[in-house]
Amino acid sequence: MGRTIAEKIFDAHRVDHPEKDIHVIRLDAVFCHEITTPVAVNDLVSRGKDRVFDPDKIKVVIDHVSPAKDSKTAIQGKILREWARRHNIRDFFDIGRNGVCHALFPEKGFVRPGYTVIMGDSHTCTHGAFGAFAAGVGTTDLEVGILKGVCAFRSPSTIKIDIAGRLPDGVFAKDVILFIIHRLGVNGATNKILEFTGPVVDAMSMESRMTLCNMAVEAGATSGICNPDMTTVEYLWEFIQDDHADKESALATFENFHSDPDARYDQIIEHDVSRLEPMVTFGYKPDQVKPVKEMASTKVDQIYIGSCTNGRIEDLRVAAQVLKGKKISDSVRGIVSPATPKAFRQAMEEGILKTFMDSGFCVTNPTCGACLGMSNGVLAEGEVCASTTNRNFNGRMGKGGMVHLVSPATAAATAIAGLITNSELYKG
Amino acid sequence: MKNFSGNVLFLDRSDINTDEIIPAKYLTEISKQALKPYLLEDIKLEGFNPQRDVKGKHVIITRANFGCGSSREHAPWALEANDIHLVIAENFARIFRQNMFNCGMIAVELSGQTIDDIFKEFSGKETHLETNFENNAFIITTDGLHKEVSFSISDFDRALVMTGGWVEYADAKY
Repeated sequence: MGRTIAEKIFDAHRVDHPEKDIHVIRLDAVFCHEITTPVAVNDLVSRGKDRVFDPDKIKVVIDHVSPAKDSKTAIQGKILREWARRHNIRDFFDIGRNGVCHALFPEKGFVRPGYTVIMGDSHTCTHGAFGAFAAGVGTTDLEVGILKGVCAFRSPSTIKIDIAGRLPDGVFAKDVILFIIHRLGVNGATNKILEFTGPVVDAMSMESRMTLCNMAVEAGATSGICNPDMTTVEYLWEFIQDDHADKESALATFENFHSDPDARYDQIIEHDVSRLEPMVTFGYKPDQVKPVKEMASTKVDQIYIGSCTNGRIEDLRVAAQVLKGKKISDSVRGIVSPATPKAFRQAMEEGILKTFMDSGFCVTNPTCGACLGMSNGVLAEGEVCASTTNRNFNGRMGKGGMVHLVSPATAAATAIAGLITNSELYKG
Repeated sequence: MKNFSGNVLFLDRSDINTDEIIPAKYLTEISKQALKPYLLEDIKLEGFNPQRDVKGKHVIITRANFGCGSSREHAPWALEANDIHLVIAENFARIFRQNMFNCGMIAVELSGQTIDDIFKEFSGKETHLETNFENNAFIITTDGLHKEVSFSISDFDRALVMTGGWVEYADAKY
């Protein structure tokens, strides 16, 4: 019987099998940020277990509220900073070098095909784009990961999502994943892994694959995952070139993890996206999705472009292309937060930041802030935001605020019109 | 072991997410007890007032996909701070469910039909639930009504509840 990529990764990392459906696996990386880690650190200290399993496998960033907005967030940063220092955790990204974790860590080459990764953050599923098993966990799982380098998971039962056809112009990975979540429902993939395959995924950049995998959790999935290919190798090459004779041999190594043709799936869903339209959410659940044109003329107050879903350079380029030479509506405020210092610098060098500023956008530093209503763009009661983030939950971006999830292209077009708008209207 | 019996809080809605259980603005707290007043503050549920309705309740019975969304363990901590250690639902989001057991608390899944029956018979009435952890049974009572429901819980989850959570279990074993 063949195995899926997730099953192969589990088999290569299993350290215990306490019962039929539970696998304790060894971790290749444990990622930490300042919201969920300080409590784990304090708990380890109070238990007399202030140790780390391997300082080189722990990667730390301050990203959720950066710079600190008040004393409480300053203390969270301080706890993390002191902890990283006392355990010689070298990969610690403080302000100036920090970015949104799920955009920053891939850029640093910290995720490789076949790896196992956890973080106290539900969007850790993003890193599955590299052919890794990456899952969000709570603080206690994170704490044990830090202490022992292991984590327990159920058997990696997989739903294969085969994406066929060719993406039309103006339609992006974000539209695809919103459509898939709509099809599966917010509970449709609970305890499952979503394996994305097919020609559309093969043709996607790593950035787009990350957007796809990022929102797997919004269908309840443990993780998203893509089979590694030459695109993966090219993206990682600067970090892995010393380990492989050439790119072909790196690829051959990574292909060992590929799902076998006779692997068993819980479910296989095929969808041809050749006629997919730009999508947008309505309501308070990410599976409440419809085509943008059906929501056209919905008035918005704020546009937000950024986050671990859509704050990468590719996203900024697409939005800038729509905004070039145009002004955003007087009735809206636009906020863009490049997700990493590298994306910020690239956007600066490519003139993208100038385009954003000329159009009337405010450019902020890399941070998660606005996405979860913590800082840098919180909504007031009754306000509406078109956002490139991943959650439209009630109150997510601010109590009483309404969030419509869209692609960067739709967000930019919406900023110009002041109303939810298809980016095709602003083409060329 | 924690206490798993007490008066029941009924939350008659599916997909209650962790932003509703504890809004992100309180994630800057670094003590669990500080979360106590904010439990379910942002929940969208007709007729429900967290300030009035949470007090004195020790068990939650709800519908499907409870705890979806963010991985924040602050959600179970906010329950724990209010002495709620047991949630019964049709099913749970993966991370929330794991967080409950990791903290030595219980998240029990019952069939949609059983949950439906419990809501029909007990919701809106002052209801008490007694957990018999050894025999895998809940005894649910209200004026003139008495119902026994059996549940199952895996050996692994049971071990987590008995040892008080995943940190002690894992540190002893791995």
